[in-house]
Amino acid sequence: MSRYSAFALLRNWLGGNTDWDPVWRSPEPASSYDVIIIGAGGHGLATAYHLAKHYRPGRIAVIDKGWLGGGNTGRNTTIVRSDYFYKESADFYDHSLRLYASLSQELNFNIMYSARGILNLAHSRHEVDFQRRIVNAMQLNGIDAELLGREEVLKFCPVLNGDPNARFPIYGAMRQKRGGTVRHDAVAWGYARAADALGVDILQNTEVTGFRRDISGGVQGVETSKGFIGATKVGIATAGHSSVVAQMAGFRLPVASYGLQAFVSEPVKPVLHTVIGSAVIGSYCSQSDKGGIVCGGGIDPYPSFAQRGSAATMEKVLAGIVQLVPTFSSLRLLRQWAGIVDYTADSSPIIDRSPVPGIYLNVGWGGGGFKAIPAGGEAFAHLIAKDEPHPLTTAFGLQRFRDGALIDEAAAAGIEH
Amino acid sequence: MTGYRLSHGGGRIDRGQSIDFSFNGKRYAGLAGDTLASALLANGVQLVGRSFKLHRPRGIVGAGCEETNALVQLEHGISSIPNVQATMIALEEGLVARSINAWPSLTWDIAGVNDRLRGLFSAGFYYKTFMWPDWHWFEWLIRRAAGLGKVPVVPDPQRYEARHVECDLLVIGGGRRGLAAAAQAARDGKSVLLVDLDQGLPSLEGVRTFEKTAALGIWDHGFVLAASEGRVIHRIRAEQIILATGKQERGIAFANNDLPGIMLAGAIGRYVADYAVAPGRSGIFFVNNDLGWRSAIEAAQCGVGVRAIVDARPQVLPELAHRARAHGIDLFFSSLVRSAHGRGRVTGVTIEKPDGLSRLACDFVGVSGGWNPASQLWTMAGGQTKFNERSQSFQPDGLVANVEWAGPEPIEAEPIWTVHGGDEKTMFVDFQTDVTVADIKLAARENYRSVEHLKRYTVLGMGVDQGKLSSVPGAMILAETIGAEPGTLSASKVRPPFVPTAFGLIGADLRGERFRPRRYLPAHEWHVREGAVFEDFGWERPAAYPVGGEDIQAAAEREAAAVRSGVGLFDGSPLGKILVAGPEAAAFLDRVYVGTPSTLKPGRIRYGLVLNENGTILDDGVYARLQDGSFLLSPSSAFADRMVRLLEDLLQCEWPMDVVVQDVTEQYAVWTVAGPNARNVLEALQPSFVLSSERFPHLSVREGQLDGSEVRIQRVSFSGELSYEIQVPAGQAVQMGDALMAAGKPYGLVPYGIEALEILRIEKGYIHVGTDTDSETQPGDIGFGGAIAKKQSDFLGRRALTRRSSLSPNRKQLVGLTSLCGGILPVGGHVRAPSGQSGGFVTSSQFSPVLGRGVALGLVEQGQRRLGEIVEIVSLGKRWQARISETVAYDREGGRLDT
Ligand SMILES: Cc1cc2nc3c(=O)[nH]c(=O)nc-3n(C[C@H](O)[C@H](O)[C@H](O)COP(=O)(O)OP(=O)(O)OC[C@H]3O[C@@H](n4cnc5c(N)ncnc54)[C@H](O)[C@@H]3O)c2cc1C
Repeated sequence: MSRYSAFALLRNWLGGNTDWDPVWRSPEPASSYDVIIIGAGGHGLATAYHLAKHYRPGRIAVIDKGWLGGGNTGRNTTIVRSDYFYKESADFYDHSLRLYASLSQELNFNIMYSARGILNLAHSRHEVDFQRRIVNAMQLNGIDAELLGREEVLKFCPVLNGDPNARFPIYGAMRQKRGGTVRHDAVAWGYARAADALGVDILQNTEVTGFRRDISGGVQGVETSKGFIGATKVGIATAGHSSVVAQMAGFRLPVASYGLQAFVSEPVKPVLHTVIGSAVIGSYCSQSDKGGIVCGGGIDPYPSFAQRGSAATMEKVLAGIVQLVPTFSSLRLLRQWAGIVDYTADSSPIIDRSPVPGIYLNVGWGGGGFKAIPAGGEAFAHLIAKDEPHPLTTAFGLQRFRDGALIDEAAAAGIEH
Repeated sequence: MTGYRLSHGGGRIDRGQSIDFSFNGKRYAGLAGDTLASALLANGVQLVGRSFKLHRPRGIVGAGCEETNALVQLEHGISSIPNVQATMIALEEGLVARSINAWPSLTWDIAGVNDRLRGLFSAGFYYKTFMWPDWHWFEWLIRRAAGLGKVPVVPDPQRYEARHVECDLLVIGGGRRGLAAAAQAARDGKSVLLVDLDQGLPSLEGVRTFEKTAALGIWDHGFVLAASEGRVIHRIRAEQIILATGKQERGIAFANNDLPGIMLAGAIGRYVADYAVAPGRSGIFFVNNDLGWRSAIEAAQCGVGVRAIVDARPQVLPELAHRARAHGIDLFFSSLVRSAHGRGRVTGVTIEKPDGLSRLACDFVGVSGGWNPASQLWTMAGGQTKFNERSQSFQPDGLVANVEWAGPEPIEAEPIWTVHGGDEKTMFVDFQTDVTVADIKLAARENYRSVEHLKRYTVLGMGVDQGKLSSVPGAMILAETIGAEPGTLSASKVRPPFVPTAFGLIGADLRGERFRPRRYLPAHEWHVREGAVFEDFGWERPAAYPVGGEDIQAAAEREAAAVRSGVGLFDGSPLGKILVAGPEAAAFLDRVYVGTPSTLKPGRIRYGLVLNENGTILDDGVYARLQDGSFLLSPSSAFADRMVRLLEDLLQCEWPMDVVVQDVTEQYAVWTVAGPNARNVLEALQPSFVLSSERFPHLSVREGQLDGSEVRIQRVSFSGELSYEIQVPAGQAVQMGDALMAAGKPYGLVPYGIEALEILRIEKGYIHVGTDTDSETQPGDIGFGGAIAKKQSDFLGRRALTRRSSLSPNRKQLVGLTSLCGGILPVGGHVRAPSGQSGGFVTSSQFSPVLGRGVALGLVEQGQRRLGEIVEIVSLGKRWQARISETVAYDREGGRLDT
């Protein structure tokens, strides 16, 4: 793997850019591997990287039915933050955010972590009260959250709708300064390149269609569109299709899949310097380094596996953006797309052993697992290698659905109630 | 300055009507019917913009929505629209447009130096550097360089409109095929709608036609969004859709193919025929298909100087060759344009002939690299495509529900995507985003070999034109580079909208207040009259009725005190009112509520909790049994809508029982009269029923007349005082409010708002679900464990209450919290646990005027076992000492309910 640097760019400039190595190989599948990860999204690739780097369990493959990074990792709105309410979440997501801060160096690939801050707006006195509860929880959890007043909010982000008579006037906001954005493709590519360099086989365009299990029920390998591939351990990191893959392995998961849409405007000169969002309005956005305003909102209102999204949701989300920033009304939408996200009952992930010996789960990220990729990969590698949960993810097991020990972040964030 | 207006011809222009406009601060004149692009060309303006990354000078290349270079900022006074294609702007008197992404000026653009460094700014260079010391050192610079136009600084002055349209058949595209399909369907008696980007379509009998209208995308079940003139959005529901969207021309990548003056051949044909505009005086056409010849010949026929046609193919139809020669055009077969020359505009080309290279001078070039079907909408609808060898294009294939492809026959074309031998770093595939053949080869070398990787790594097709010109050539060049069979790599996925569309237009009817219309109380005017200060609590509700310069807090304390000492009047209209009736109504509600509605006697009321499957409290509220088989539920205001949905969901999806649910929340207003004098006030209005506690006890309901109006009265209390909730038809709300105020005058009746109600309920320890409970709170946590133990039958959430975490001793429980210094505790402050972590939090807090101190509720770990304990509360860096206490701070025995 040739190293990336300004110097390498200069050298290649003079040399006609002929000296760049492939970022990853395109190997043929071996007949068997020690560990197979299904799903070459951020989580699958980061897991393979950590396995190969720290645990060296033998031969590792990451299998994807499409091109690597083509699932939600390449479709999300790129927001990273750790402003969670519950301690379990705060510890985990903050670890992830800290890993992101040094990931460019770790992977020698610029993932463009931009700590531009993230604002969650409050539109009434009661919402401010609620945000105080959340901010205090975060501060006790050691997270850099702050509660801003109306004037501070408008000073920090002048394009916001400052009209006191707006439909949803601004009363204040919660801010996490270390929150921001990360270039999504770079995360997938950076991990893929680093994992490949450590000998991981990334098998693209290889769809898993079934599992082979021995008489005792343990996993023996996976059936794929390119034939059977043996494996001692199999990790599932297939996001929106987790329930589909689990069904192939013979068990059910407590998740439901929905379409989640994102939208980007034409590129414009810098105008929005932070991430803004409002739970009441139901929309959020940030400006990409390329200049497009990247917008998101809630999931589509019905479960689906179709990666398209409903037009009604698009209308609502974009109208919500105009509520947030009225001058964006004349900004034009360039592209809309959708990913399939798998939601658990408490909107927290599942990182655990599955009911089938040898099969492990890293699923249920819903609409928020991009920010979790570095820590998710680390924890999942630990789980697969040691067959026991990483200390940061013991709360995120399947058992919690039996015990009722849910970590209901969506409700805690005031979306449910 | 090379373009000019021809002395005759031009189907779309009106030579009698001159139109003044300005571009980059200079004044020009065009003609009625011109687009900004045709007018600029006619005025000899060749340089119209700079490219995204390299800031290379660029001119107009197309004539329609495929235009990739000519983006302008369209200015209307202080407002403006960024990145509009000049080819899509109808010229108007006084129009003002500017180039974007150039500084200080279009001709002298400092960032033009980027072009010198183009080897450095290769595809994806930013992934490989800017990592040390930190991306933040560089990001601002990159951001400043990126982006095209500017977002206006003032609100969008445009008035947008949304319309709903239904039809049997929607025809998209008003060309020959579209018109024929529409006419035929109309003759067959169908309701037909035809939309087209263009104007001047023939009118067809029985066909509605929307001109200047872009279909943006096709969603499930024949749903289509279409935008007219950027101002009206049509939400079209069509039984059947015919796509007659025609074809789009593509270019060929040769060195310096982006010089101003190099255009699509078909676009030149359109400028000449429609606008009588010649792009120059001496042109060369570089083609690989017959239609390219036709463009050249038509231009020559109209008097444009066409010097040569360079065709990659060895021969052409004799008829075409004959006609071209008749116009004095030189013909070169089996030949290619290898590179273009010029500084800032094309002045000549080098052609590669079978017998060697030669140089020809020219001032414009028309390129035709073949034709793609305009299949974007087809793929958006989920349609597949198949590679067609003859035309070197991806043709729609297979079936899509409700959608039919009626595109043109594929146009035969020679496979020629790049002309080798030139500098690949100047062979542009995507003009706007500066993606060159060198970039594609670099991506291939680095193994970004999926077309989606290619797109993301090089930003091919990510421009404002969404790759209409570049996606297919890009995929084909990638295939060629990696030695894949042509056609095995199709272009990257196309997404809605087909053309860029304003956010404001997409959400046209959700603008401003209409985003979520405010809900007003039936007696809103009454409250205004009484001096209410309103706040949005899902409804516009009086927070308080300040008098004499009071703030809300002072007013609320005065109002609350008045309720405790005399009597108050509260508008509780948003309270949910849901009728549940039918033979199985009682059995159904037994499954919904934690309590047992079936044991309730008609005329009586009970308080109940509703849980979700996790045992979490969703809502609390009372329900009344009106008759044996009918109940009236009163979920809290915030939950009313969701309660209806929950009940319907249970009936329709879980338990098909003989029950009907009817939401009558908005049909009735509710006036609550509360306080020791409440009965006296009602007494004064001639009730048709006895009000004494024996005959009308607490927690019962009566129907009858009050002040001559039909009313339903529930004796329930959210204040702890004697209290009557009077339901009247919404239309009589004001009248009843007036009557109650008048009747209450002798008793000092005051209207009270939400804030006073908060004080009253917190004093009494009455919870507000969602405020004093969270996603974990179960009945046992708020002291309702007993009710459940007694209940025999199953109910929603019951199983969850026996799970391990429900039985844990460490649960957060509802308690009162009393500040040791008597002050008001901060809502949202946390109880600090010995570990330093959160041990719970303050959920509600107010100053109690009757007690003369602060009162608060909170969820505290193991709270009910820790009564009397002193805890530290922290909030935003400050601390308080508080004692854990009973939830009820006032009138613990509840004697005041029944004075
Ligand atoms: C529109 C949108 C916006 C979002 N915004 C944010 C955000 O701002 N911040 C944030 O933190 N999160 C966000 N998310 C969520 C985030 O993108 C995901 O949680 C995260 O990317 C999940 O990563 P993953 O690696 O688990 O899954 P993915 O990246 O989806 O990867 C799963 C892979 O599994 C493959 N696969 C599936 N089935 C099979 C099979 N049978 N055989 C082989 N391979 C298979 C798929 O092809 C896919 O590549 C958003 C999601 C969406 C859709």
